[in-house]
Amino acid sequence: MSLAEGVLQLIEDAARREGFQRVTTVWLEIGQLAGVEVEAMKFCFDAVTRDSMAAGAQLEIIATPGTGWCLPCGETVELAEVYGACPRCGGYQVQVTGGKEMRVKELEVA
Amino acid sequence: MCTTCGCGSDEVKIEGADPHEHVHADGTRHSHSHEHAYVPAHSHAPGTSAKRMVQIEQDILAKNNAYAAQNRAFFAGRRVFTLNLVSSPGSGKTTLLCKTIEQLRGNQHVTVIEGDQQTSQDAERIRATGAPAIQINTGKGCHLDAHMIGHALEQLDLPERSLLMIENVGNLVCPAAFDLGEAHKVVILSVTEGEDKPIKYPDMFRAASLMLLNKCDLLPHLDFSVKEAIAYARRVNPAIEIIEVSAKTGAGMAEWLDWIERKSSGE
Ligand SMILES: Nc1nc2c(ncn2[C@@H]2O[C@H](COP(=O)(O)OP(=O)(O)OP(=O)(O)O)[C@@H](O)[C@H]2O)c(=O)[nH]1
Ligand SMILES: [Mg+2]
Ligand SMILES: [Zn+2]
Ligand SMILES: [Zn+2]
Repeated sequence: MSLAEGVLQLIEDAARREGFQRVTTVWLEIGQLAGVEVEAMKFCFDAVTRDSMAAGAQLEIIATPGTGWCLPCGETVELAEVYGACPRCGGYQVQVTGGKEMRVKELEVA
Repeated sequence: MCTTCGCGSDEVKIEGADPHEHVHADGTRHSHSHEHAYVPAHSHAPGTSAKRMVQIEQDILAKNNAYAAQNRAFFAGRRVFTLNLVSSPGSGKTTLLCKTIEQLRGNQHVTVIEGDQQTSQDAERIRATGAPAIQINTGKGCHLDAHMIGHALEQLDLPERSLLMIENVGNLVCPAAFDLGEAHKVVILSVTEGEDKPIKYPDMFRAASLMLLNKCDLLPHLDFSVKEAIAYARRVNPAIEIIEVSAKTGAGMAEWLDWIERKSSGE
């Protein structure tokens, strides 16, 4: 539940700061390696926001690709899984460099 | 629910904590000025409709991480060494904790924070050993977060240079993402689970510094391959340390206690 609760907290903080009453759309940036199940997130978000200022808001997910730095190759490579092998050399000495983001990017408010 | 800050779920209960009380022993540590997590947002000019866009650009875990940093600073101030024990339900966390406390008796003061969705059974098991323990019930929540720990710390009087063990809610997924301010996460895998848990739940095994392979007394009765489990764990986390233990027979406990000793003395 609580990633969705974290999203709601950021929304409520922003509302206090910016003085809006309702949120109609929420853009989340979720990296492909963040381990967030998008469908689960949507489901939890709906449950968590039911009686809040974000009730009924649309959740838009912006998926960012997974990238890693392969030590043997000395290059940035695309990564499908956190523990995945380097697509170039097949080795596992790959450090994740991108795709772990979980951010609230933008809101459409009223 | 934490009424002052509005954080956390309605159902979180911390033994001994008054949910409306936010006067903290040391004032600065957990002040509930949530300002730390704020990054000024810039808003676009309102368009023709009443709707407008507000840019946020904030990490979903930013608040938790800010609380974790407060906890970490608190631990550093008292030189308390804190471990966050994570595993699937029933891997033997509480049994292992009881055994650890018994073996450290007289040498090292241990305090325990227990996280479970319901009941204070585990905290009672710990208290039966003579060690102070506090139970956090997360209700529907499937993990502890740094804010709950901050409140539990208000109820505890941690001695200087003592050990704090946090038993997280049995769940190999969510606790990986929530830093509590601990020095290390310790993941417990019992041999009655599959060897492939590390590759099925890679985030947790990546986040942990140590894997305790528990219930090794049962190995003669099982097909579990220790070698395979270790290989999988190292694949997702080449740096992970691994100790084979049995909380039941006490096998491997000396090595585990030695690990605690080494890490807490700042190695
Ligand atoms: N044979 C054997 N059984 C063990 C060992 N450690 C724990 N158990 C048993 O495993 C069961 C679960 O142990 P707990 O210590 O309650 O496990 P836990 O991880 O704290 O469980 P939750 O808090 O419910 O997630 C109990 O029946 C223990 O007696 C062990 O090393 N060997
Ligand atoms: Mg337990
Ligand atoms: Zn490579
Ligand atoms: Zn609070």
